[in-house]
Amino acid sequence: MSTTTTERAAAGTADYLDQRTGLGKAVKEFARKTFPDHWSFLLGEIALYSLIVLILSGFFLTMFFVPSMTLVTHDGPPATMDGVLMSEAFSSTLRTSFEVRGGLLMRQIHHWAALLFMASIVTHMMRVFFTGAFRKPRELNWLVGTTLLILGLAAGFTGYSLPDDVLSGNGLRITDGVIKSIPIIGSYLSYFVFGGEFPGEDIIPRLFTLHIFVVPGLILALVGVHLFMLVLHKHTQYPGGGRKDTNVVGFPLFPVYTAKAGGFFFIVFGVIALMGATMAINNVWNYGPFDPSPVSAGAQPDWYMLFLEGSLRLMPGQGTEWVIGGYTLSLNILVPAVIVPGILFTFLFVYPFVEAAVTKDKREHHVLDRPRNVPVRTALGVAFLTAFIILALAGSNDLIATHFSLSINAITWAFRILIFVGPWFAFWVTKRICLGLQRKDRELVLHGHETGRIVRFANGEYIEVHRPLDDQERWLRVNYDAHRPLEVEPATDSRGVRRKGYKQDRRMARLSRFFYEDRVEPVTPAELEAAHSHGAHDEIGAAAGREEIGSGSTH
Amino acid sequence: MSENQHSTDVTSADQNTFADPGIPEHQHRRGDVDAAASKRAERQVVVLFAISVIGTIASLVAYFAFRPDGTTSGTRLSTLTLGLGMAFALLGIGLAAVHWAKAIMNDTEVSEERHQLSSPDDVREAAVASLKAGVDDSGIARRGMLKGAALSALALFPLTIAVPLVSSVGGDWNVSKLRHTRWEKGMRLATDPTGRPIKASDVTIGSVFHVIPDVSEKERSSGEWLSEKAKAVVLLIRLDPRDLHEADDRKGWSYDGIVAYSKICTHVGCPVALYEQQTHHLLCPCHQSTFDVADGAKVVFGPAHRPLPQLPITVDDDGYLVAQSDFHEPVGPSYWERLK
Repeated sequence: MSTTTTERAAAGTADYLDQRTGLGKAVKEFARKTFPDHWSFLLGEIALYSLIVLILSGFFLTMFFVPSMTLVTHDGPPATMDGVLMSEAFSSTLRTSFEVRGGLLMRQIHHWAALLFMASIVTHMMRVFFTGAFRKPRELNWLVGTTLLILGLAAGFTGYSLPDDVLSGNGLRITDGVIKSIPIIGSYLSYFVFGGEFPGEDIIPRLFTLHIFVVPGLILALVGVHLFMLVLHKHTQYPGGGRKDTNVVGFPLFPVYTAKAGGFFFIVFGVIALMGATMAINNVWNYGPFDPSPVSAGAQPDWYMLFLEGSLRLMPGQGTEWVIGGYTLSLNILVPAVIVPGILFTFLFVYPFVEAAVTKDKREHHVLDRPRNVPVRTALGVAFLTAFIILALAGSNDLIATHFSLSINAITWAFRILIFVGPWFAFWVTKRICLGLQRKDRELVLHGHETGRIVRFANGEYIEVHRPLDDQERWLRVNYDAHRPLEVEPATDSRGVRRKGYKQDRRMARLSRFFYEDRVEPVTPAELEAAHSHGAHDEIGAAAGREEIGSGSTH
Repeated sequence: MSENQHSTDVTSADQNTFADPGIPEHQHRRGDVDAAASKRAERQVVVLFAISVIGTIASLVAYFAFRPDGTTSGTRLSTLTLGLGMAFALLGIGLAAVHWAKAIMNDTEVSEERHQLSSPDDVREAAVASLKAGVDDSGIARRGMLKGAALSALALFPLTIAVPLVSSVGGDWNVSKLRHTRWEKGMRLATDPTGRPIKASDVTIGSVFHVIPDVSEKERSSGEWLSEKAKAVVLLIRLDPRDLHEADDRKGWSYDGIVAYSKICTHVGCPVALYEQQTHHLLCPCHQSTFDVADGAKVVFGPAHRPLPQLPITVDDDGYLVAQSDFHEPVGPSYWERLK
């Protein structure tokens, strides 16, 4: 019997391993570990799987890429580059594309996977932010995730520059300009990075080391921490019947999630392969090797860098470069390239702690918020995204100008105004929408679904039949905390002695009011009861109407 | 859970909050109740795995059938066919596994209790006691000298790596090189990239030349050349002398309406490559800083602050354009000690 042989072999192996590793405990612990199900939980998985695709395709590319700026005369396809003097880095990129089987496919897969990696990180963060998944006990994991976002940017940036083509070289040149603007140490820092004057002969090998060793090493280590904490905390779950902060409702890791998550890896890889096969990206042979003189109009960085590019483009140069005591302070570069991203990333890093402070919330949260139920958080998130998108669009202002035949100056001015007005407006609109949705929820809970059925009573009165919500529908809409603003304790205690920290408390209370002053409380059973007795015959009509209209008769 | 939807039954004991209705009842899939549907789902999974195998075979066939021939279209065809085979091979596995999980595996939700994350008080106390015992054993609290010595040694030893690294990582660290370019008195202006010297008579009104210093072919194929070129590139433009406004101290810097400006943007250093003949504006394609060539290359729009540095030029005895000197200020982006 082959099954018994297999089973005996499996049991033997398991016994061997368990005696040496205690594997049985881990299997018992993790095999049936429960994970909740929701499409938005897949966003983080996409990030993880595109990282694996990046590592696989990146390994392939390192077999052929030569990270050297030594000038060589390229010998081989494409015809336009045959005999051209270029760096070995660019020459080996061409060789990978044209002479290595599947080399161009792997380059395109690698590039598309990088774009998808960043996109999935950003959307995963949006999910975590808008559902409040960063709350206790997951604040530290939010910090790890935000650091991973920055490392992702670093990985993308260092990789983008490796082929040493005209576009990536100009990207490096912009980086050099930004580095030089840093007060006091700018020019030395530029020498530190480039090993002397820009571009020098060191930058490609240095970026290569960062791109294939330092940055991915850090990313893998932090992904390990990220996933470890995910398992430690167990996954969050969306609100619903039976979902509590004390449990996790879902399907077991083995076999359901093994199949779903494992299968999803192949789907993500398959989609990236499809993109790499059908969609050309970064045809470096059209740009040529790096030369500090030419540059093409309409050049764009990869999408995740666009916000920095847009920030640089928006800043007016007039009056923003100051000379103080003979030293030059380039605010026209420092503000958009250092301060603006500084503000954006600081917001991401500190937000969970600010929200916890203004909420005075020390409890653990494992059930997610519906975004509408925390209007100011949701509105802040949308305002943040609006700023990010406006900056990214500003980074494409030349393309907008040529595609829509508009004046580049007018577009730039429009974005200069929008970057101040847009986020504020987005905040206001989003908060109103959230409060409106919450009121709609109250309305539904109190009065039920409209059925569109009009009933006439014997006395001639017309009413519309409302169908009450079922238990699950109602629970979803009433099960949330409408936090109240913090109360400030008096400035002096009972004996009239001034209290330490009163001012700090008052500032916190003001911030808390900003968060929670406008709020919609969930319906209480008493309110529901009152609504029903208030519209008593409404209710009778609904209850009676349901059956009687169902049976085809009228009052 | 009660299916009764009457309002009085849904409140919990304290009457202030609603009661949790519990996990919704399991909705049976068609495969759960209909054996034929279950069998059909199984067949679909098998077909999806089969598609994967076919994809792998197709990819191998493409490998032999479409050899890249060095042309762009040949490489594209090879990329497309290899990639499509790979995509089908992967998507077949992925979709099969997910379909298997969704249609065939048990989909009854289960609930698992979470455990408290924080350690119980007694464990915490024991942990603190262990650390305290360790600290006492080491004697670090009582022996201040020992603590100081250990910390000093640990803080200092990275210098053994950092000092040699920092001394070499920035090349020669001679940042004053940023002030000078390859231009010098009498250096001819040559076209980029061919290196042909330019005669003043070749420059017609309204035309633009991309210019490099007239250095030897050998220097132009050396490794250092790109760093020199990154500072030295110049744009040469001839304007109608009537349009040209020149500052008093720069009257002698142009030749017969021909002006030469650094091509390196004073913002962050992109090449300012786009010239608009009608308005005499130079536009940087990176961040749209706009400079007016007719008016000392002053900034008229965008994030740059300073005008492009001007290269003083004249002609030599043979009628070739030459530089009078190097630039009078550092070219390119601003940096802290630029004016020192």
